[in-house]
Amino acid sequence: MSQTMFQQIRGNKIKSILILFLFIIIIGFLGGFIGFIYNNVYIGLILAILAAILYSLIMYFSGKSMILTMTGARQVTKQEYPHLYHAVEGLSIAAGIPTPKAYVIDDSALNAFATGRNHNDSIVVVTTGLLNKLNRQELEGVIAHELSHIKNYDIRVMMLTAVLVGITVLLSDFLLRSVIYGRRDSKGSHPALIIVGLVLALLTPIIGELIKLAVSRKREYLADASGASLTRYPEGLASALEKISKDPDPLVDKANKATAHLFISTPFRKRTGFVTNLFSTHPSIEVRIKKLREM
Amino acid sequence: MVAVLAIVIVILVIVILAIIMLYNSIIRLNNEVENSLSQIDVQLKRRNDLIPNLIESVKGYMKHEKTVLENITKARSAIMTSSNINEKAKASNQISEALKTIFAVSENYPKLRANENFIQLQEELTGTENKVSYSRQHYNDVVMKFNNKIQVFPNNVFANILNFKEKELFQAAESERKNIKVQF
Repeated sequence: MSQTMFQQIRGNKIKSILILFLFIIIIGFLGGFIGFIYNNVYIGLILAILAAILYSLIMYFSGKSMILTMTGARQVTKQEYPHLYHAVEGLSIAAGIPTPKAYVIDDSALNAFATGRNHNDSIVVVTTGLLNKLNRQELEGVIAHELSHIKNYDIRVMMLTAVLVGITVLLSDFLLRSVIYGRRDSKGSHPALIIVGLVLALLTPIIGELIKLAVSRKREYLADASGASLTRYPEGLASALEKISKDPDPLVDKANKATAHLFISTPFRKRTGFVTNLFSTHPSIEVRIKKLREM
Repeated sequence: MVAVLAIVIVILVIVILAIIMLYNSIIRLNNEVENSLSQIDVQLKRRNDLIPNLIESVKGYMKHEKTVLENITKARSAIMTSSNINEKAKASNQISEALKTIFAVSENYPKLRANENFIQLQEELTGTENKVSYSRQHYNDVVMKFNNKIQVFPNNVFANILNFKEKELFQAAESERKNIKVQF
């Protein structure tokens, strides 16, 4: 168990670096193309890579607060939710990590996530709906799952994915639009524009794959299992997941494509179809419950 | 001749490096055990500090439950004077049992259940009680890692020479002893 945990932590650290690297390459690639249009590949390339490195550095240190702003989470006091505090404090003792800060999202949906760049910088976020509808054992199950994400550095990979994928999707979307709908004025339509358009069209699915790579379904199963070994009570999380799956309103208002994979259960309305499946960031909740009950 | 010498030196360096790494990892685990033991003490102390308040707030209501209150006071002082882990674990389990009884009995006193102070104390004590068991769990996890480290071959030879001894587990109460199977 400790051996697999160790491997997982190392794997996650390598993955974090890979994601940063990939991000810088993709942005550099885009910059190169834009430079090509304006007849200077190198300046475009260098400027883009510099910007990407700068952005990555800023995001590595402030990605957490950005995610918090994006999801509208606020820090809570012990007086406000004593049982949340006790669950977080107790389970972090069991996990042997520093106590993360507790945050809530004022939303009736049942959901939770953890983020931060390392053990000392971590936070756990739950919705107020979750606090109101789960009992103590169920809440502890959910918190233990989130603390496992913190302990094995999933949070770093997931945070980087959230902030870097977010900006890449936004940028490629923006560029794609400006290529397709942009005015063809003095410069005329350079043939490179069409190539850029194609590249950008290809880029988005690749980013989707990237999310899947970073957020493999195994990660959720592993967090479920190590969470259960913290509480020594798998039924707590199983029953919490059951309540979450039966919740008629799983929507977290402020969740979007970039932050979806952070949550314990997908924050979007259930839709079926090829595309949804392809980009699905979460394993089926029924399978997770089944696995927990078999422990 | 030179080649043989080189090989011997390389092997020696490898062995020395391996011993240094082993020694460091044992020391690291040893510190982790120590740290997690002090974490248990922090939680036990916190619980001990809360108990007089609890007794104060239930005393007026639970006139017929004198023995329960006496038991908890006794166990509380036992934990403060305990000299080894075994005694401490035993006293700690007694307190846990007594607390469970008090909270179960409190169901019979609606006035007490409505007392704001009591509700707050109950939440605080339940939280601390959980932390006691979680810190014990973490301590036992780390002790197991430590014991495994110094008992497997060839580490045991080295551990013997340096006088690293097996550490004692902080035993859980009988009622809490259950295992779960973790599989992926």
